[in-house]
Amino acid sequence: MTTIAETGGDTAAGAPLVQVQDLEMYFPIYKGVLRRQVGSVRAVDGLSFDIRRGETLGLVGESGCGKSTCGRALLRLYEVTGGRITFEGRDIAELAGNALRDMRPRMQMIFQDPQACLNPRMTVGSIISEPLDEHHVATGEEKRQRVRELLEAVGMNPEFANRYPHEFSGGQRQRIGIARALALAPDFIVCDEPIAALDVSIQAQVVNLLQDLQEKLGLTYLFISHDLSMIRHIADRVAVMYLGKIVELAPVEELFNAPKHPYTKALLSAVPVPDPAVEAKRERIILTGDVPNPANPPAGCRFCTRCPDAIDRCSVEEPVWRNLGPAKGSNGTVEDHFVACHRVE
Amino acid sequence: MGTASVESVLEVNDLKTVFHTQDGTVHAVNGVSFALNAGELLAVVGESGSGKSVTMMSLLQLLPSPPADIVSGTVDFGGANLLELTPAEIRQFRGARIGFIFQDPMTSLNPVFTVGFQIMEPLREHMGMSKRAARDRAIELLELVGIPSASERLNDYPHQFSGGMRQRVMIAIALACDPQVLIADEPTTALDVTVQAQILELIRDLRQKLGMGIIWITHDLGVAAGIADRVIVMYGGFIVEHAPVDELFHNPRHPYTMALLHTLPGHDGGEASRLRSIGGQPPDLIQPPLSCPFAPRCAHAFERCGRENPPLRALRDAHDVACWWDTDKGEEWS
Ligand SMILES: Nc1ncnc2c1ncn2[C@@H]1O[C@H](COP(=O)(O)OP(=O)(O)OP(=O)(O)O)[C@@H](O)[C@H]1O
Ligand SMILES: Nc1ncnc2c1ncn2[C@@H]1O[C@H](COP(=O)(O)OP(=O)(O)OP(=O)(O)O)[C@@H](O)[C@H]1O
Ligand code: SF4
Ligand SMILES: [Mg+2]
Ligand SMILES: [Mg+2]
Repeated sequence: MTTIAETGGDTAAGAPLVQVQDLEMYFPIYKGVLRRQVGSVRAVDGLSFDIRRGETLGLVGESGCGKSTCGRALLRLYEVTGGRITFEGRDIAELAGNALRDMRPRMQMIFQDPQACLNPRMTVGSIISEPLDEHHVATGEEKRQRVRELLEAVGMNPEFANRYPHEFSGGQRQRIGIARALALAPDFIVCDEPIAALDVSIQAQVVNLLQDLQEKLGLTYLFISHDLSMIRHIADRVAVMYLGKIVELAPVEELFNAPKHPYTKALLSAVPVPDPAVEAKRERIILTGDVPNPANPPAGCRFCTRCPDAIDRCSVEEPVWRNLGPAKGSNGTVEDHFVACHRVE
Repeated sequence: MGTASVESVLEVNDLKTVFHTQDGTVHAVNGVSFALNAGELLAVVGESGSGKSVTMMSLLQLLPSPPADIVSGTVDFGGANLLELTPAEIRQFRGARIGFIFQDPMTSLNPVFTVGFQIMEPLREHMGMSKRAARDRAIELLELVGIPSASERLNDYPHQFSGGMRQRVMIAIALACDPQVLIADEPTTALDVTVQAQILELIRDLRQKLGMGIIWITHDLGVAAGIADRVIVMYGGFIVEHAPVDELFHNPRHPYTMALLHTLPGHDGGEASRLRSIGGQPPDLIQPPLSCPFAPRCAHAFERCGRENPPLRALRDAHDVACWWDTDKGEEWS
């Protein structure tokens, strides 16, 4: 296994680490006593994007729009319905045997439901060190030391290693999941709502940690979050999903300052502000209309049933994914701004 | 703040909960008192691990004992002390007159039953509804929380729902029987801002229509600012500050509350390269709470803080703080 220091460096920075083409993930729907398949939930329906080495790509969108499904598919936790995912240019669907085993520790996930992946019968120490055992990375005193460091890194008392998950609060359990994902020092981490259950101070601590690791080791993140102020802080580029599709993708400041897609605009208008005076007189774009069913998405643009700007054409013709041209990216780079909407010039 | 007003629907007095563990006694909740009025929304904020969930789970006898042990306290609801009820009696309250939304939607929904069954069950048990009526009500509830094509999803199992959809199912279950009191533990952590705004609207509506009193635990200070009437701040198993929402955000008086508000990332731009966090470690709850729990991290701490626990005292109208330092005068409180 090559370390990031060897493959990283300035030359490789900015090159795509993960490439996704036409990714589709459908879940079958069964009905009746015979459990016949009557349709499918099109959770992810044709996604194409790159994640550059060393960048943080933010992924935002409505609850149920397919963000977790996308993240899990990237790590090959599902057999995808269609499309291609490459990691360092290699198609991950074709990896098998040793190649797959070598790849696994390099890609990790911080799960949205930490409780669901913490074995209640294992101590916190063994939960965190399990990946170290599986990949024969460290043993004995070295392993114990590593567990202590990881616990400290996520702001927890290292003495807690002997306790069981149920003895912890929600936010403490979320941090155990983060420590576990970091154990193998992976290159790429899908962070699925990694800070949702944490108070602001610990959120800050965890986000600072993720950023420090990125700076030191060149880590790459797909950062799924509904916390838009945190996305603005941590992401380099942001992809906005709606009902199984990406509708807009732009450098972070461009997206927040000059959003183009009507869904992105509605989303940004709803961010709660920690000031009761501001909250009392704010104007949100409230989305009306039925939330469509991903098993039976509307024709044309998927947002047309709720879009404040919709015209007749929107319910007939699907808008194409267009490049609006270069915009200012982070660190003085220039990045493209993509959108799929008929009303954007 | 223990003063009972006529309209208070729930009153908690001197609640103390500990856990007996191998390493010793964990002092999770150290004498918490508060009252909830009909139709009001009381937000509870505070550090991760400060005892917010354990406080609320204690009220409803939801913690397995052992290891949990409620060592003191009374919880007055409709003339009964909830802590003295038998398991069968408290079951008549839970999910009926008091709705509860757990922090963790995956483990609190039963993976082997369909979502529809889990919403319909309390309706049939507590409201005596027929199967038909319960089904209609379940669909209505799922629609209220914004689940698309609700009727088609009743037969799905929890794992077929996204994280935020599961959380909304929990909200639907808690609201099913029109409770008088709703206790919601981080109910919107998995929701994007638009769905969250929709849920907050729904809650506002129910408060007005049904006069529901709500306890809303959240780490999202933006949400608290938007919906709360009053806010309680917890630290190390204590209530350290309590104030009306405007007062708390504009005139915080406890050093922890001030530090917490200070850590908020600037909401008008992600310019700062590093986020601020509160330095130091959270208190070790194995130590008996004989000093101010915040003292080791506090900018104002002085000798008395390490030796005596500051009681919650009234500063002015409806604003209480537990701190030996008088922030207004800049000297020890006297
Ligand atoms: N079964 C248990 N055994 C021992 N300690 C426990 C147990 N359950 C909870 N605790 C401890 O009690 C304290 C309070 O936990 P609680 O779940 O109330 O925190 P919280 O304020 O809800 O935090 P969060 O915001 O992270 O959910 C924590 O420090 C936790 O470690
Ligand atoms: N195993 C499954 N079987 C059937 N449907 C599924 C399954 N997993 C997810 N889905 C459906 O796929 C859609 C997308 O789910 P996903 O979990 O990816 O959403 P999400 O964007 O992560 O939402 P959230 O923000 O609420 O976590 C949802 O409609 C969900 O019900
Ligand atoms: S009592 Fe002392 S240590 Fe505690 S918060 Fe007040 S000043 Fe700080
Ligand atoms: Mg998700
Ligand atoms: Mg909690």
